Amino acid sequence: MKSKQARLVMQDGSSFVGMNFGHHSSVAGEVVFTTGMVGYPESMTDPSYRGQILIFTYPLIGNYGVPENQSWESRQINVAGIVVSTYIDDNSHPSSTRTLGEWLKSEKKPGIEIKDTRLLTQKLREKGAMLGKIIIDKDIPWYDPNVINIVDEVSTKSVYTVTPENTKKTKKIVLIDCGQKRNIVRSLVRHGATVTVVPWDFDLTKYNKTYDGVVVSNGPGDPKIVKSTIATVAALLKKNTPVLGICLGHQILALAAGGDTYKLKYGHRSQNQPCKIHDGSEKYFLTTQNHGFAVGKIPKGFQEWFSNGNDGTNEGIIHARWPFMSVQFHPEAFPGPNDTRWIFDYFLKKTGLLRHPEFISGSDPETSSG
Amino acid sequence: MKKIKKVLILGSGALKIGQAGEFDYSGSQAIKALKEEGIKSVVINPNIATVQTSQFLADRVYFHPVTPYFVEKIILKEKPDGIFLSFGGQTALNCGVELYKSGVLKKNNVRVLGSPIESIILTEDRDEFAKHLKKIRQMTPISFAVTTEKSALDAAEKIGYPVMMRSAFALGGQGSGVVRNKEEMTLHAKEAFAFSPQILVEQYLHHYKEVEYEVVRDRDDNCVTVCNMENFDPLGIHTGESIVVAPSQTLTNFEYHTLRRASIDIVRSLGIIGECNIQFALNPNPKNKLNSEDTAPIEYAVIEVNARLSRSSALASKATGYPLAYVAAKLALGKRLWEIKNQVTQVTQSFFEPALDYVVVKFPRWDIEKFKGADERIGSSMKSVGEVMGIGRTFPEALQKAVRMLEIGVTSASSTKLLEDDKNDTDLNKIIADHIRRPTPKRLFAICYALYRNISIEELHKMTGITKWFLQELQKIVDVYKHLHNQKGSLTSLTTEDLIWFKRMGVTDSEIAKQFKTKEITVRAYRKKKNVTPAIFQIDTLAAEFPAKTNYLYTTYHGSHHDVKPLHKKGVIILGSGPYRIGSSVEFDWSCVSTAMRLSKYKKASIIINCNPETVSTDYDMSARLYFEELNLERVMDIYEFEKSFGLVVSVGGQTPNNLAHELHKYKLPLLGTSAVNIDRAEDRNIFSEVLDKLGIRQPRWVSATTEKQAIDFSKTVGFPVLVRPSYVLSGSAMNICETSEELSAFLQKASKVNTNHPVTVSKFWENASEIELDAVAQNGQIVLYALSEHLEQAGVHSGDATIIFPAQRVYLATAQKIIDAAKKLAKEYAITGPFNIQFLAREDTTVSVIEMNLRASRTFPLISKGSGYNFAFTVVDSFFGKAIKHKYEYPSYSVIKAPQFSFSRLTGADPILRVEMASTGEVGCFGPDVKAAFLTSMLAVGHVIPKKAVLLSVGNAYKEDFASYMQILHNLGYTLYTTEGTSSFLKHRLNIQTKSVPKGYQGGAQTVVDLIQNGIVDCVINIRDKKALKNGERIYKKEITDGFKIRRASADHNIPLITNIHAAKLFVSSLKYNNLNKLPIEPWDHYVPVVKN
Repeated sequence: MKSKQARLVMQDGSSFVGMNFGHHSSVAGEVVFTTGMVGYPESMTDPSYRGQILIFTYPLIGNYGVPENQSWESRQINVAGIVVSTYIDDNSHPSSTRTLGEWLKSEKKPGIEIKDTRLLTQKLREKGAMLGKIIIDKDIPWYDPNVINIVDEVSTKSVYTVTPENTKKTKKIVLIDCGQKRNIVRSLVRHGATVTVVPWDFDLTKYNKTYDGVVVSNGPGDPKIVKSTIATVAALLKKNTPVLGICLGHQILALAAGGDTYKLKYGHRSQNQPCKIHDGSEKYFLTTQNHGFAVGKIPKGFQEWFSNGNDGTNEGIIHARWPFMSVQFHPEAFPGPNDTRWIFDYFLKKTGLLRHPEFISGSDPETSSG
Repeated sequence: MKKIKKVLILGSGALKIGQAGEFDYSGSQAIKALKEEGIKSVVINPNIATVQTSQFLADRVYFHPVTPYFVEKIILKEKPDGIFLSFGGQTALNCGVELYKSGVLKKNNVRVLGSPIESIILTEDRDEFAKHLKKIRQMTPISFAVTTEKSALDAAEKIGYPVMMRSAFALGGQGSGVVRNKEEMTLHAKEAFAFSPQILVEQYLHHYKEVEYEVVRDRDDNCVTVCNMENFDPLGIHTGESIVVAPSQTLTNFEYHTLRRASIDIVRSLGIIGECNIQFALNPNPKNKLNSEDTAPIEYAVIEVNARLSRSSALASKATGYPLAYVAAKLALGKRLWEIKNQVTQVTQSFFEPALDYVVVKFPRWDIEKFKGADERIGSSMKSVGEVMGIGRTFPEALQKAVRMLEIGVTSASSTKLLEDDKNDTDLNKIIADHIRRPTPKRLFAICYALYRNISIEELHKMTGITKWFLQELQKIVDVYKHLHNQKGSLTSLTTEDLIWFKRMGVTDSEIAKQFKTKEITVRAYRKKKNVTPAIFQIDTLAAEFPAKTNYLYTTYHGSHHDVKPLHKKGVIILGSGPYRIGSSVEFDWSCVSTAMRLSKYKKASIIINCNPETVSTDYDMSARLYFEELNLERVMDIYEFEKSFGLVVSVGGQTPNNLAHELHKYKLPLLGTSAVNIDRAEDRNIFSEVLDKLGIRQPRWVSATTEKQAIDFSKTVGFPVLVRPSYVLSGSAMNICETSEELSAFLQKASKVNTNHPVTVSKFWENASEIELDAVAQNGQIVLYALSEHLEQAGVHSGDATIIFPAQRVYLATAQKIIDAAKKLAKEYAITGPFNIQFLAREDTTVSVIEMNLRASRTFPLISKGSGYNFAFTVVDSFFGKAIKHKYEYPSYSVIKAPQFSFSRLTGADPILRVEMASTGEVGCFGPDVKAAFLTSMLAVGHVIPKKAVLLSVGNAYKEDFASYMQILHNLGYTLYTTEGTSSFLKHRLNIQTKSVPKGYQGGAQTVVDLIQNGIVDCVINIRDKKALKNGERIYKKEITDGFKIRRASADHNIPLITNIHAAKLFVSSLKYNNLNKLPIEPWDHYVPVVKN
C-alpha cells in the first residue's frame, strides 16, 4: 500500500507526524485512547466511538485482518479515524475478508501510524481527552462530538424486531437504540428475549404494543444532549417499567431519575476495568468499557450497584425497590471479557418480578456463566 | 481456623532441564509475601546457589532433598502451620502429594495453603482430569490412559497413527512425543514407563496453534487471566522449546475471549486458590469462520493444566509486570485479589488483567551440541537449558533482541552463521530438510534463510504449520537485511530514513558497520548525530492509563520520549548473567542480587541489566531500576549514555559481562573494581603465563599454537596427555584432553573452526593431581576474604561438573600455604579490587600450579558464601568503595558438598559421563557434620537413592584394584552385585566374592546389562570407564557405541542412579557404610552457620 505522510494535530497545539494508511482524507474529532489488546474491528464499529479519533495503545493493529460484516458491532466503522504505532497489513487469518487498511479505505476513514502512541496516551492521561485532527494534505476545522447530538447519527431510523429461534414463550424487550452495539441485541436474544429496536427519540409512551422491559443502549457523546430519551426513560420509570441501561443508557437512566453526570478527564476505554459489586459480597468483575462521561450524583431511591476498583467512580446503579438498573460497563463484551453477561439474565429475570416490591438488589453470576 | 505463623516452602532442588531458575524466582516471591504478612518461612531446597535460600530472604533454610523422607523429618522438627507446594515446580508438588496421601500432613496439622490438594491430584492424573473436563463441557483430545505397553499399542491403534504420547506425573513433558508407528510406540512406551506408572496416548492435533493462559483466583471466586501467550511453533513442540509471544498476536477477540472464558471455567471448577496455567490447542482453520458466539464453538482442546507456578507463569510475570508468584502466595494466605496492591503502579490493585503496550518474545536457549551424541531434534519433551525474553514494540524488534540475548554468536534472526556447514556452505535443500521439516534449535534461522532465498510463506507454512502472520513478520526482517546488503558507498550515504528503519527492525550498529566497512563505534556516532537513539519505556501493566511508579524498563526505537529520568551518579549498573546455559546459571544471579542489595549501604541505586525471565535479579523489587535488555556493547552503552551512572559492575554476572569489560573500558565507561587492562592481562594466556613466570608461580607447560603442527610438536615434547582449549573459555566449550597425536589433530580441526581469531592453547595435562579452587575478594591488591575448596574428582573433570568439598579436606598445610602465597602475589600484581577465582592443581608432593585465574565472581560464590557465613558478594561491593574489612576465620569443622545435577535423561543419545567439558545443568550444596554425611545428602538431593537391593558394577581394569575394598564393602552391606565379565572374574579371584555375572550387549544371552537396567533389577549403576577404552575408543568427534555407553545411556534413560567417576564412587560407597538414612543428621543451615558475618 502506498503510504502518505500525515499529521495528528491536537487542540493544545501539539502535532505528531506519521504515515497515513487506509483512506487519504483529513478528519477531526475528539482524541481518545483504548488499552484493549484485541478487538479492533469491534471497537472501530462501536457507535459509542462516533466522532472520536481512537488511539490504540497496543502497538500492533491489523494482525488478523477484518472479519465479515456480520461479526461487527454495527454496520460500519464509527470511529472518525485511528492512530496506531505499527499497522499490520495482514489478511491471513481464516476469518478475515480483507486487511484493515483496505477496510478503512472502503469506508473512507483514515489511519495514521505514529510510533510513540505511548506519549500520546500519557498526554491524554495528564491533560484529559482533547479535540484533534488527522490531517492529510488539507486542514479542516475542529469538530467536537460532545456538543452536538451524534446519537441521532448512529441510532436506527426505523423500528424493527429480532426474534430468537426455537423459543416459544419469550420476554418482549424494547431496546432504545442510542448507538447500540449489535451484541446487546444478540445477548438479549440469546437469553430468550424478543427485541424490538426503536430509535433514540421514539416516543414509547405512545407505543401501543406490550413489552416486559426496556433496555437503553450505549451510544456516543454527552448524555445530557439526548433530552428526549431522558424524558422517555423518566416516563417509563413513572410506569414502573423495568429498565436496564448500558453505558450511555446508564447515564440516561441516572439523569432521568434525577441524578447527574459529568465528563471524566480521559474516560475509561479498555477491557480490564475492575468493578466491585455492592451487594455485600467481596466480588469484583472484570469489565470492558468505553465512556467519557460518568454518573456523579446517584438518583434518589437508587443505590450504587457497581463501582470502579481503580478510581472508585460509579459503574452501576440499581433501584432499591423497582427493577431499574444500569451499568456503565458493557456486559455484552465484544471486545473484551464476557464476565458480566449475567446482567442480561438477571435483568430478564427481574422483569418478571414487576409486582414484587420486596425486590432486592444482588448478583447471581453462577446461574449465568457457561 | 488457626492463624498461620510458620510456613514451609518446598523448593525445586537443582536446576535441570524442564525445571530451572523460574522456581527460585517464584519461591523468592512467596517468601517476600510471607514476610509482609509477618509469617516465618522455612525453605527446603538443596540448591545452594538460589536466592531464595539466602538469609536476607528465608527465615530458615534446609539444604536437603525435597523428598517425602526429609520433608517429614523437617516437619517434625519445625512444626509449621502450613505448607506451600506450588512454588517448587513438579518436584515440590509430587513430594507434597505423597506427603498428603501418606497422611503425614494431616497427622502433623500442616495445612496445604492455596489450591485444594485434591484438585492438584486431579490435574496430575490425565485420565481422571480428562473426565473432569468433559463434565464441565471442555474439550480434550481423544485420549487413553494406559499402564502397560500392550494397552498403549491398542490405544494407538484405536486412535490411528500418528498419535501423541505423554507421560503423567512428569516435568517438562519428559517421555512425551509424537509416535508415528507401532515400532516407535513399543520403544517409547518402554522408556516412558520407566519414569511414570501411567502414560497417555492421545489424538495428535496436527499444526494446531498453541495458546496459554495464566489465571489467578482468590477464595471469594474473584478470577482473572493475567496474561495469554501464543507459541510461534504449532503444537508438537513443547512450550518450553517454543518461541513464545505475549500477548497472543493472531487471535481475534472472539478466540481470545472464548479461551479466556474456558480458562476461568476450568480454574473455577478446580477451586484453585492462587495461580494456574492452562494450555490450549486451537484449530487455526475451523470449519466455521464466523466470529460470533451465535455460531458453532471454535475448535479447541485443553492440552495441559498446571495447578502451580510454572515456567510459563514466571515468563508471564516478567512479560506483564504482574508478580504472579507473589500474588499467588498472598491468595494462598487468604487475601483477596482486590486487597493486594498492584506492585507496579502502586495506585491500583491486583484484580485486573494487564494491558501491554509492547510485545515480548521468549526464546529458548539450547546447548544440545555440548552433549556428545545427543539428538539435535526438538519436540514435545524439553531439551533447552534456559531462555531469554526480548521486549519491543513490534515482533521483529522483540525477536531480534531475543536472538542476540541468547549469546549464540548471531546478531539477527536472518543470520546464516549457524547454518553453514564445514565448508561454509549453505545448501538450501539440506537446510530445509535438516532444520525446517525436522525442527531443531536452528529452525528460526533456517526459515529466515529460506525466505531470503525466496521460498514462499505459503510453502513454509505448509512445511511447518507456523502461522502465516509470524512468517510475514520474519519476511519483514529478511527484507530489511536484503535492503542493508544492497547498500553501497560509505556510511554517510545511508539516509536517516533507512537508518531509522534499520534500528526499528533490530539491525545492530555492528551489522551496519560491517556493510559499510567501518567500525561499530563509528555507526554509533553517526546514529547519535542523526538523533537516532532508543527511547526508554516503562512496563506499567496498564499501558500508560495510570501514572506508574514502576522501575521496570526496556528500550525501543518505536518511541520519541523517555518515561524516566536518568539517575546520574546515584546509579550503579550491574550487568547480569544472561540466559541460563551449561556453565552459567542461577549462581551468578545470586551474586548479582547480593551486589544490588549491598549497594544501598553506599547510598547507591542499583540498575540491573539482564534478559533472563527465570531470574530473581529481574524481579520488580530487586533493584532500584531494571532494564530488561540485551547484554551487549551497543545496548549497555545506550543505557549508560542515558543514565550516566557512577559506575558499572562487570564482575558478578559470570562470563557474559566479563567479556564486555574490555570494550566498555575502551569506550571509557567507568568499570568498578579491577581495571579492564588487568582483566585483559589475565584473560590473555600469553601475558598471564609471563606474569606467572615473573612471580615464580608454577604452571603446567603450555603453548599458544596457531598451527596444528606447532601443537603436535609441543605435545610430543612435553608428553601426552595434553589439554587443548581456546583462549576465551566458558564451560569448556571445545575443550578436550588428547592422548595421542592423531586425536589431537582430529580435535584441532574442530576447535580451530570455532576459533578463527584466537589461537589454541595446548598444555600439559597432569594426571592424578587434585584440583583446588581459591575464591577471594581483594581490595587494592590485598586479599580481604578467601576460601579454599577442593574437587572430589581429580583433574580432568570440569570444575562445573566436579563434586566440590568445602572446606578443602585433603590439602596439606604446605600446599595450602603455597596456594595462598600465589594468590597474594597475583592479587597484588593485578591490583585486584573485587572478586577473583584461581584454579590450582596440587600433587602429592605438594607442588602447586596454577591452571586458570578469572577476575570475576566464580560459580562457587554462593557455595562458599553460604558455607563460610561470609557473603562474598557483599565484600565485593565493599571493596569497590574501599570499605572492605579483612576477614579471617577459622575453618569450620562441618562440611559442605556441592554435587552436580545432570539432565542426561532428557538428552537422548548423549553419553552420560564426566569430561573436561561441562555437562551438568545445575547443582546442590548440602551441609553435614562430616564429608560423608554431606556427600550422601547431596547425592540424594541430585536424585540418587540409597540402593536397596542390587548394584551393577562395571569397573575398568585400571581401577579394579583401587576399587576392590569398596566392592568388598558393598558385598558386606548385603547388596546383590551384578557385574560385567571382567569385574566378575576379578571379584571372584581377588576377593572371593561370587557375583551375578551378566553379559554385555554384544555377548548375547538371556539377560544383558541393559536388560538389568531396563527392567529395574538394579537400583544403582557404578560404571568406571577404563583408561584403555578412553585411549582406543570413543572420542568427542567420533560416534561409537561402546558397551560402556550402552550401560550409561540405559541408566539415564531408565532413571537409574549412575556413578562414573572413581573418586565419587569411593566416597559414595563409604558414605553407605557410615550412614543409613536414620543416622543422617538433618539440621538447618543456621545450625552450621548461625549468622552471616559481613
